[in-house]
Amino acid sequence: MSKTKSHVATNVNGNAVEFLCEPQQTLLDVLRDELDLTGSKEGCSSGDCGACSVILDGRLVCACLVLAVETNGHRIETIEGMAEGDSLHPLQQKFLEHSALQCGICTPGFLIAAKALLDIDPDPTETQVRYWLAGNLCRCTGYDKIVRAVLDAAAEMRAN
Amino acid sequence: MARVVLNGNLKQFSDGKSEFDIEAKNVRQLFAELGALHPALAPHLEEGIAVAIDGEIFQDAWFAAIGPDSEVHVIPKIAGG
Amino acid sequence: MADNAKSASQSNVHKWVGTRQVRPDGVDKVTGRASFGADLHAPNMLFGKVLRSPHPHARIVFIDTSKAEALEGVKAVVTKDDICDLPSEMVPAGEMMVNYRDITRNVMAREKVLYEGHALAAVAATSESIARKALSLIEVEYELLPHVIDVMDAMKADAPLLHEDMITAGVEPAPEKPSNVAKRVEFSQGDLEAGFAEADVIVEREFYTHPVHQGYIEPHACLANVAKDGKAELWCTTQGHFVVRGHCAKLLGMDISKLRVTASEIGGGFGGKTVVYLEPVALALSRKSGQPVKMVMTREEVFRATGPTSGAHLKIKMGVTKDGRITAADGLFHYQAGAFPGSPVQLGCMCAFAPYDLEHVRTVGYDVVVNRPKVAAYRAPGAPIAEYGAECVVDELAKKIGMDPLDLRLKNAAKEGTQTVYGPKLGPVGLVECLEAAKAHPHYKAPLGENQGRGVASGFWFNIGGESCATLNLSEDGSAHLVIGTPDIGGSRASLCQMAAEELGIHLDQVHPIIGDTASLGYTFLTGGSRATFATGMAVIEAARDVIDKMRERVAKTWDIPVDAVVWEHGYARPASSNAGAFEPLSMAEIAAMANKTGGPLVGHAAINAQGAGPSFGVHIVDVDVDTDTGHVKILRYTAIQDAGKAIHPCFVEGQMQGGAVQGIGWALNEEYIYGNDGRLQNPGFLDYRIPVCSDVPMIDTVIVEVPNPTHRYGVRGVGETPIIPPMAAIANAIEQATGIRFNELPMSPPKVLAAIEASKAPVADAAE
Repeated sequence: MSKTKSHVATNVNGNAVEFLCEPQQTLLDVLRDELDLTGSKEGCSSGDCGACSVILDGRLVCACLVLAVETNGHRIETIEGMAEGDSLHPLQQKFLEHSALQCGICTPGFLIAAKALLDIDPDPTETQVRYWLAGNLCRCTGYDKIVRAVLDAAAEMRAN
Repeated sequence: MARVVLNGNLKQFSDGKSEFDIEAKNVRQLFAELGALHPALAPHLEEGIAVAIDGEIFQDAWFAAIGPDSEVHVIPKIAGG
Repeated sequence: MADNAKSASQSNVHKWVGTRQVRPDGVDKVTGRASFGADLHAPNMLFGKVLRSPHPHARIVFIDTSKAEALEGVKAVVTKDDICDLPSEMVPAGEMMVNYRDITRNVMAREKVLYEGHALAAVAATSESIARKALSLIEVEYELLPHVIDVMDAMKADAPLLHEDMITAGVEPAPEKPSNVAKRVEFSQGDLEAGFAEADVIVEREFYTHPVHQGYIEPHACLANVAKDGKAELWCTTQGHFVVRGHCAKLLGMDISKLRVTASEIGGGFGGKTVVYLEPVALALSRKSGQPVKMVMTREEVFRATGPTSGAHLKIKMGVTKDGRITAADGLFHYQAGAFPGSPVQLGCMCAFAPYDLEHVRTVGYDVVVNRPKVAAYRAPGAPIAEYGAECVVDELAKKIGMDPLDLRLKNAAKEGTQTVYGPKLGPVGLVECLEAAKAHPHYKAPLGENQGRGVASGFWFNIGGESCATLNLSEDGSAHLVIGTPDIGGSRASLCQMAAEELGIHLDQVHPIIGDTASLGYTFLTGGSRATFATGMAVIEAARDVIDKMRERVAKTWDIPVDAVVWEHGYARPASSNAGAFEPLSMAEIAAMANKTGGPLVGHAAINAQGAGPSFGVHIVDVDVDTDTGHVKILRYTAIQDAGKAIHPCFVEGQMQGGAVQGIGWALNEEYIYGNDGRLQNPGFLDYRIPVCSDVPMIDTVIVEVPNPTHRYGVRGVGETPIIPPMAAIANAIEQATGIRFNELPMSPPKVLAAIEASKAPVADAAE
């Protein structure tokens, strides 16, 4: 059985991208299965874990809650686009320095979510960081080192 | 002779006896001796148990050495998650 | 064998061991490049889906898969006929011993379905949507049977029977009639009656806990590829690919060595990925269809069909003298095993009172089956439940005799030479040091406000060793490939490289780790039991020493001097003394460059069954604030203290302590499975099975105590599991101090706390009347 596929033209990490997708496919499905961008992870498919976090037109969303067809004409940023050329984004660097990851499955989601925060608020308090990141689940770290890494990255980014 | 103590449910298979004096150089010999004394015990010594020799725990270690004055405890196997 | 005369406690000047390095797999993980279980595709790949029982207990009358098979796009359908029926055979699997007869039935139901979510068929199709449609075309006739969910209900004489032939083991004489009680275990020492007779105060309490899931963010996933000649490859997310290989080979009736399993990066396990669910099914589908098959669980499937830990009912009775000597302890534990026997009740019995030096102790445990998913290991399996009860009672004892709870624990602390209830005496351990660190910590003296309270609790876990292999392959430029077999859940790769670099005396950047697949390395037991840094560490050290010995031999030949005259220091081969000759030291790079001419490639090997794992004790302090209007308990401050023996990489040790503590916080305050009367799970998702989120917890302060484990070169003790043990009791004790109410059921969620607070407010009207 085949469903009518839609043609979608979008921008992913600064690159013009086109794909065909079925109406029920989510952005997460397309990123992972059609575009081979497997950095965004599927943890729950119901928007509860944040492992699929991406930035859509500058706004933090769960890719599992966005239908792929909705992204036609829009701009998507995923974990694969976070490093700047040869160098890691300060958030990525701080996550490594603070050992803010153990298994690493939630890490792309946290990095994208943290970037979305710092894009709009470069000087958040610890409480603000914690509430902003409350949509990203981590089962390994207890969040301590993640929060420290985000605050440290924010400080470094403000200094530069 | 090493002093050997069966812990947990094992003494069910040794007619209630839980302490033994056994001559054995290593764990495998010890199990063979115990199994010979109490055949009902023998199959339970094959899997699912560990031994502590003078306090140090050995799991799946047939040739772990048992000294002449060692205290050996036969205990359930420890697993993790 | 390279000789290291210094004991672990003496060598405290290290270059790499004990330092905080960036992990070798870190960049891949922060850029999304690392491949987890669901990240692999294969050409011509099919998608597999599982048909699961909607009923908690039913006999399978028939399954008709013909309509599903006829659907276009469906390439294979499997049922129990495609998986081997296996006789009863106990095997170790990381958790408690498991029985193959049960494993095969859990993977694919045979006579009955025993829980909602139990797998009974599977399909492979060209797309996920076709696979889902095919499932709906499979016709199953069930004969519904009454079900039982609660552990105490399952023990009643009239309870529905899950296994008609289950006769309780461990009871003399054996019962005549079958029941849902698989096993009774008992440990005891001393004379309980005499012990209680000495006590001035006795406390006896019952406790109830509910099952909690490990909650790994990555669902189970695998990609199976079986060739026409039966050779198979499996990519899967697992804590133990060698264990997966063994189970799958058995379930599919194939030679173990015909199956090559590669462990993907793993997105959390905590014990829940030490067993097989999808893997044998994917292999069966691939074998039948002749194409690769990818299978990924949905989050709902993870909750409905994979093992949480047990829920339990406990009775704890302890006695203490006025001056604080604990005279006796008695524990009765009923643990749910889920649909097949094998709860960790025995381990719980062994651990419950382990933090105390006691003469008179008894623990009795029952392993009980119920119509829920078969339990799987969860971080120190069995111990968190048992020690939760014990640590709450110890707190109550302290309050009743007016003694500080840390002082009471110190006075009775287990130490080197303490006789454990499960048999041996303890070797050197660090509980006293942890308790003293807790007492001295500023947290313990910090002021508290109204409706706030502080609680402490101890935790004990044995840790294990086990089969571990390591290979160090020196490349022509002297850099080293380190091949190990324990999947990296928490950063162990970094610690292992640090140990290798330390032994070899080279820069850490020169050691490159990979987790070898099952064909590339000797059998290595799974990552669990807090063993990776300890046991694989021992293998890595041995492999490093092996290659050092080989390098010394090559250099000795090159210099034409005896091998004893060549020493290895700081990454160089040197003459032992000036008498041996005035030779310039040779680096690893130089020796490796001439390896082919001096005898061949340079490789170090180790294949061991690591023994001598040292237990890890921990003590946690927690402050809570109870909102008396909502029942919400807020964690104000948390300090976790634990004996790591030696922290090879302190950040990862801290990470284990913090992660375990937060899982414990979730277990204490909110996580539980909610079943309806129909035996169906009502909250199979992260929205309603609420694990702690970032805003629920503060920073988790940590203190690493180091009482070295004498059997390990660097003194390492496993640390991963102990941290989940203290939180539940520590929080319950803190809530008691804040509210005066002692809770005896987990989780202490807002509705329950609020109800208890309201019930405790004595109505003024009563007094007036």
